[in-house]
Amino acid sequence: MTNPNPASGSPDKEPATDALQARGEARATPTAPAGDAERPVAATAMKLPPAEQPRPSLGKLFLDNLWAANTVTVTVLAVVLAMLVGAVLIIVSDPEVLATYSYITARPTDALNASWTVVSEAYANLFKGAVFDPDAVGFTAAMGPISETLTYTAPLVFTGLSVALAFRGGLFNIGAQGQATIGVILAAVAGFALPLPPGVHLLVALLAGALGGALWGFIPGILKARTGAHEVINTIMLNYVAVYFLTWIIVQSGVQDPTRSDAISKPVDASAQLPRLLGDNLRVHAGILLAVLATWFVAWLLNRSTLGFELRAVGANPDAARTAGISVTKTYVLVMVIAGLLAGLGGSNMVLGSTADALTPLVIAQIGFDGILVALLGRVKPWGVLLAALLFGALQAGGNRMQSYSGISLELVTVLQALIVIFIAAPALVKAIFQLRAARAARLQTSLAKGW
Amino acid sequence: MSTTAVPEVAVTAVDEGFWTRARKAGAVLLALGVLATVLFGAFATDQQARFTLSETEGGAALEINGTVGAILFGVIAAAAGAALLAGVPKRWFTLLLGAGLVAFVLSFLCWQVSAAPEGRNFMPLVNVLRGTFILALPLTFGALAGVLCERSGVVNVAIEGQMLMGAFSGALFGSISGSVWVGLVAAAIGGAFISLLLAVFAIRYLVDQVVMGIVLNLLAVGVTGFLYERLMATDAEKYNSAPRFGNWEIPLLSDIPLLGPALFRGNIFLYLGLLLVLVIHLALFRTRWGLRTRSVGEHPTAADTVGVRVLGLRYRNVIMAGLVAGIGGASYTLALYSFTKNMIGGKGFIALAALIFGRWSPTGALLAALFFGFADQLATYLGAIGSSIPDQFLAMLPYLATILAVAGLVGKVRAPAADGKPYVKG
Repeated sequence: MTNPNPASGSPDKEPATDALQARGEARATPTAPAGDAERPVAATAMKLPPAEQPRPSLGKLFLDNLWAANTVTVTVLAVVLAMLVGAVLIIVSDPEVLATYSYITARPTDALNASWTVVSEAYANLFKGAVFDPDAVGFTAAMGPISETLTYTAPLVFTGLSVALAFRGGLFNIGAQGQATIGVILAAVAGFALPLPPGVHLLVALLAGALGGALWGFIPGILKARTGAHEVINTIMLNYVAVYFLTWIIVQSGVQDPTRSDAISKPVDASAQLPRLLGDNLRVHAGILLAVLATWFVAWLLNRSTLGFELRAVGANPDAARTAGISVTKTYVLVMVIAGLLAGLGGSNMVLGSTADALTPLVIAQIGFDGILVALLGRVKPWGVLLAALLFGALQAGGNRMQSYSGISLELVTVLQALIVIFIAAPALVKAIFQLRAARAARLQTSLAKGW
Repeated sequence: MSTTAVPEVAVTAVDEGFWTRARKAGAVLLALGVLATVLFGAFATDQQARFTLSETEGGAALEINGTVGAILFGVIAAAAGAALLAGVPKRWFTLLLGAGLVAFVLSFLCWQVSAAPEGRNFMPLVNVLRGTFILALPLTFGALAGVLCERSGVVNVAIEGQMLMGAFSGALFGSISGSVWVGLVAAAIGGAFISLLLAVFAIRYLVDQVVMGIVLNLLAVGVTGFLYERLMATDAEKYNSAPRFGNWEIPLLSDIPLLGPALFRGNIFLYLGLLLVLVIHLALFRTRWGLRTRSVGEHPTAADTVGVRVLGLRYRNVIMAGLVAGIGGASYTLALYSFTKNMIGGKGFIALAALIFGRWSPTGALLAALFFGFADQLATYLGAIGSSIPDQFLAMLPYLATILAVAGLVGKVRAPAADGKPYVKG
């Protein structure tokens, strides 16, 4: 049960395979991949069947691989584990169910039944609120859950991409929250203060949001590049500065809604709002399309562009990158600016989409911090981030229904999300719990251990 | 900080030539002093600015004419800055910088207090001092938790989560048992539970420590929020009505003017916090455990070579950090308020800032926490006298100060060399 990749000091490897390839049968043939020669630690841990043995059947290979510690299996098992812990929390916090445990030795079925009922009902509502409700009648009701899920997904994609991109450049952007905050402020102000025609207005508002985020990303970037100040500390601090700035600007005249006395800004003009995709009754809006576009852009940037190459090189080894003639300082600044830009767009989504149309102190919720989890769950790869955001969006949407139908408060979703990422971050733990084969575990290391 | 600094930058960070650190600080201070003299002097009114030595308007007071005070202290700040700029022996640096900054704050206060509406133009120093200590207290506990962790090479971003879990379990078990002491122990264990998770995942499974810290914070928010909704919100009487520690007056000492009411009429957490600063400081720099902790934090391989059990020491320190942070969380629920969702509200991160601002030393952390507490208290006070300065900007102060400190503008901060790097034997 030793960790297969102790030398995890370097940032993530070049993602050679995606999740689906990792479990494909073709890859499972024991032809000793050349790449593993460079990773002796991983190779010893893999324990490949010797090549002389008769080839096992395809079906057996598939099963073997299914139960190996590959990305998909570990992710699924992590979700299962998280939901198990969540179930325990539901049970121990329900006095009625807990009461049945006081006589469990006498009538164990009572306790089991009560537990099963409360847990299964909660998770059924989670599913119905996120994916599909079999009792729903009509297009709007049937598409409702999906629409909600996509609405929650869109901003998470942006913040997740923001964190993931910075990760790949060797920087830990905890500041997506702050960048999204500044983004949402500028987007909203541009949304209600500028008299522009529809279309142009939306574009300007999005641009303003992106600019705000980029500015907030630029500060830790330039500080890191110029003075070596650690971006983790600076982005944490800037998060709070942004929050206080938001609470200040909301109540300024010209920003605050003149008809209200509480902290809320004027609403964004209709001309600056993202169009809804499935009619006015469903909340899903064009933000999700922008999110897919952003994912494609980041994937292109990382894997196909010069900047992306330099970024990954700096992330893997700044010293080597500098020796190769790459300007590390320039790359750091650019990475943080682009990361901030993405987070700013995510923030803009919160006020230009259908979630809210005015600034409030809690307008961006937790999208920045959730973005960190999304990036880790997505294995810091753009399309992985998209899928992870989809899962988190679904959990959010389902959590709302779970709260109103089963009385299980929304915090359970936060618990589930945190637990999923904890199990993902420590694949060795999941492997140990389920006795998974060690194959390909080396690729699961998402974290990049790095000092202050 | 410097450990991950880009080498091409590290060169520029070395003070060379005319613009030494002292001179830079002096230039900034001079500018601030001139600003204070001109601006604060112009805004201040002819009212008296009263600094009373009590909790109310009455009693003995230090009084000064608003305009005169603002200009006088502004000039003092400028003079201190000019002296630094002119070049003074190095041993005067801290003294002059401190005096200059205090004078700047006093100039600012003269303006604010004298410009306050009639009847409110006084500042009760006892209140301010006591408020500073009360607000600094959770930060001190949190920062001490950071010191214990990070000095042995484990980054502790989960202070917030540890404090929150401590506050929660203190309130829960304190309420159920009806005893403050049970609550206190439960709070410490609650904090230690989160830090145990941090230890296992960071040390055993080599998960990135910052990542783990962030995730654990979210986990703590989720778990406490969920259980709050399920237990405390439904039956507050049973689950969220913990008994509270009263204030203990220390005879004789509590009669000292100004300091007495602020320092020696507090609750157990105040004394415990100050004691812990002292104990951890002595232990860290004077005992065998301290030497080992520091060596593990700086160079674990070397420590291992001479027979220090690196991982065992790290486990122990991280768990101790959780105990301390948990008690810090209890300083809310077992002394001041009943538990509410996410009640730490970012104090754990300010504690992290205090840790960094205080350069990873217990006493430094205490001073930083006091500074942040003062900024916080000042924001409250200025809000109360109807100041024109938005309190949000004062609330930003700790964070901005930390950014400046980390960027090397207020002197160099350096983390333990092995902070955040997992240790793998062999």
